[in-house]
Amino acid sequence: MKVAIIDYGMGNLRSVSKAVQQVAENADVRTTDNCTYIKSADRIVFPGQGAARDCMAAISDHRLSQAILEAAQNKPFLGICMGLEVLMRYSCENNGTNLLNLIPGEAVRFPHDLNLNGRKLKVPHIGWNQVMQTMEHPLWNNIENGSRFYYVHSYYIKLEDASIQSGQTDYGIPFTCAIARDNLFAVQFHPEKSAHAGLRLLKNFIEWDI
Amino acid sequence: MLAKRIIPCLDIDAGRVVKGVQFVDIRDAGDPVEAARRYNEQGADEITFLDITATSDDRDTIVRVVEQVASQVFIPLTVGGGIRTVSDIRRLLNAGADKVGINSAAVKQPEFVREASDKVGSQCIVLSIDARRVVSTDNETPRWEIFTHGGRRSTGIDAVEWATRMVRYGAGEILLTSMDCDGTRNGFDLKLTRTVCDAVDVPVIASGGVGNLDHLAAGVTEGGADAVLAASIFHFGTYTIQQAKEYMTDKGIEVRL
Repeated sequence: MKVAIIDYGMGNLRSVSKAVQQVAENADVRTTDNCTYIKSADRIVFPGQGAARDCMAAISDHRLSQAILEAAQNKPFLGICMGLEVLMRYSCENNGTNLLNLIPGEAVRFPHDLNLNGRKLKVPHIGWNQVMQTMEHPLWNNIENGSRFYYVHSYYIKLEDASIQSGQTDYGIPFTCAIARDNLFAVQFHPEKSAHAGLRLLKNFIEWDI
Repeated sequence: MLAKRIIPCLDIDAGRVVKGVQFVDIRDAGDPVEAARRYNEQGADEITFLDITATSDDRDTIVRVVEQVASQVFIPLTVGGGIRTVSDIRRLLNAGADKVGINSAAVKQPEFVREASDKVGSQCIVLSIDARRVVSTDNETPRWEIFTHGGRRSTGIDAVEWATRMVRYGAGEILLTSMDCDGTRNGFDLKLTRTVCDAVDVPVIASGGVGNLDHLAAGVTEGGADAVLAASIFHFGTYTIQQAKEYMTDKGIEVRL
């Protein structure tokens, strides 16, 4: 099996790659921006970190938009963190940034007045929070509903079509932390940094038979 | 709900854990990979490595340590100590670190924090503060000053002002160590923790002084910290991370079990 971890120069992908290798021993796991390899891969992991505008610029610099959009149509595709956000149409970050427009929805910042029981909540949302599975899905196999995953982000996504939400987390407000549509699954948290639950999700992705 | 984090800290000198970690069945107490793996198994939410290597020749070893740990331990890793340039930061992030702690370099050149967070993102930049209580003019309102070089060098800078300024410059988190409490095992400086937590909008990790599990809990309930860091109580096997989490749960604190 060939797994392509799409590298467009935004952030360290070593941990993602190591975590995927850990759960897919016999797979050929490559961190790459090579369109030919991405086309030929059986699984696509699409990570990312940093600001929305920088991510979009990097995707464009690496001439990856087409390859990403194609891959997202026809084979198991896992978006992680910014790899979820940039699938949307638009982000409010950097005074507004147009994104890949694969999923109707937008990325918005957590409000400044978030609070819980009167105490102000910090942004970025950093740490381990619970994920409520809002849809049955092979990627949730053997992961207990309400398991904690590791987050680091200031923006979250708002979907136009709520039926593709596969997971929800609460941080002062409930927000969509996972989406699923056909061959595509994308999460706001970092499975590669989420210990057992995260590795299980990655394993489920490798075993996912769409 | 977001869990409060428990973060064990490992001091690394030339690629080896110093003080040793006294796990019952660990083969090599000085091996950072083994120590990190064990903390991960106990349920650590994150691991911090503090590189105390003195010579620059040996500094490359921390990068290799991070590479090895990150290949086997899939939780967030923070590395602090001796980081001076954006290229130092990039090397550590590329090795598998998620965050880096910046201390003396920020004091020397505050713009470094702005530059670093611009380049790699605020979420990767932890501002480390070593603070010591000073006598204030009115003798009533407590005040803290920041120290550098392992707490040896005074700067005259007010810790709370420094924290808010560095957050403005892009620090995504604050690792706050009380020099007065560090090593005492008498608990955190809760007043300091509370003051800084209330002053900034980013998460604060309380550090320095933990001697028992109640100290950890107080850091959260009284200090308002988002995470608590400790070294010796975990190193010497006094408590496991799991025990700490069970204790905090009993105190009504949300943790990842």
